[in-house]
Amino acid sequence: MALKYAYYPGCSLHSMGAEYDSSFRAVCDKLGLDITEVEGWICCGTTPAHCTSKLLALALPMQNLCAVEKMGLDKVVAPCASCFSRLKAAQHETAADPAMESQVREVLDAPLPTSVQVVNPLEMFLSNVDFGGVAAKELADLKVVCYYGCLLTRPPKVMEFDDCEYPMSMDKLLCSLGMTTLDWSYKTDCCGGAVSATETDIVLKLTRDILEEAQAVGANAIAVACPLCHTNLDTRQEEVQQKYDTRSNLPIFYFTQLMGLALGISAKTLGLHKHFVSTEELLQGMG
Amino acid sequence: MSSSPAPLAEAVLSESGQNVNLCYQCKKCAAGCPISYAMDHTPSQLIHAIRLGMDDLVLSSKTTWLCASCETCTTRCPQDVDVAKVMDAVKIIMLRRGVKPAVPRIASFYKAVLGNIKRCGRMFEVGMIIDLKLRTHEFLKDVDLGMKMFCKGKLKLLPSFKGAWTSWKIFHRARKIEKQHQDV
Repeated sequence: MALKYAYYPGCSLHSMGAEYDSSFRAVCDKLGLDITEVEGWICCGTTPAHCTSKLLALALPMQNLCAVEKMGLDKVVAPCASCFSRLKAAQHETAADPAMESQVREVLDAPLPTSVQVVNPLEMFLSNVDFGGVAAKELADLKVVCYYGCLLTRPPKVMEFDDCEYPMSMDKLLCSLGMTTLDWSYKTDCCGGAVSATETDIVLKLTRDILEEAQAVGANAIAVACPLCHTNLDTRQEEVQQKYDTRSNLPIFYFTQLMGLALGISAKTLGLHKHFVSTEELLQGMG
Repeated sequence: MSSSPAPLAEAVLSESGQNVNLCYQCKKCAAGCPISYAMDHTPSQLIHAIRLGMDDLVLSSKTTWLCASCETCTTRCPQDVDVAKVMDAVKIIMLRRGVKPAVPRIASFYKAVLGNIKRCGRMFEVGMIIDLKLRTHEFLKDVDLGMKMFCKGKLKLLPSFKGAWTSWKIFHRARKIEKQHQDV
């Protein structure tokens, strides 16, 4: 019987990263993975919470883990790298600091869940699905670089996922679905996600570096696992081109969209039309 | 000369549990920081200044505000100093002491986001962006981008308010408990 996961979409997957949500749901459906959205979830507080209040930064994610426990589930999947990081940090820090744990309990007026396991979709797919022979569509012409960003693997003591300097889980997943992934040195470099709304010049520089390196190794697409990375690399790509006089036009896919394409799910369901950089030209003639 | 830690170093230790005196200035944090090129002091310089008790320099530096919380420094520190946590701790101490943020628009962003989450439960981006613009007066910034996102169905026009009451209670109680602990 399929394992049941609580699904914590977080704010971005209900707005700017809507196509991450739709592609994740469609792929889970296709692969027979049972996910149920956490009832009454609230924002994890993300960077502004941990930069201004330690207690708030732990209480907000913990509230969501309490909600998972109330649903009678012991596993929650969080596709947004920032949500994933905040949920894991809340568990790690309350376990390590009894004084903070007691304050968080006081805020939530409830005992804290101890047995809820927080996973990201890469872990969920790799541990539950045998991809041998499931690919329905040939995508061998895709030369993908996998961009993991910061928070999926860092800090390793907290995240306990993959190699923090050179992760391979996304590469393995996409390769097992028939795609080619390339080696490159920007897998875990930062795109400036947290300062995107205010320090745009910094984001444009970091994003340019990532796009340039992807092109230099011969990639024709970048796969991401974070809505902030997608926003910076996709929606700000035109600005990067204008500022630095470059011509990248690199389509940026959520890795779940690439999985969906390989599994034969329609481009519309996967939300490819929501991208700023068109994916049409690249995908023409494939499959 | 006294060997007791500088006051700010002590405050950082009590806020974050991080002992900056463990730092031996290998500068790995500065080398790996994606934003150090735009900072007025590199992360290793900031840590050194905290150790030396140069409070004015630390509290007026842009460094902690520009930190993107990417955790590269934390991951690579050979002395296991959680540098990103030190960055957070300095900001928290500044806000508590009423020090003017060196990069006001980032402080405004934090306020806009947290106010939004407190009121709505889940982030309502359009509301947050309007709040941010009212605080920073950068009314034209990213307007094109926002319009394009809206046309692509990436932004909602109305908040959901699901979980708003839960969120409001958490903010309220957390502030109250934090105040109690500061008073003692």
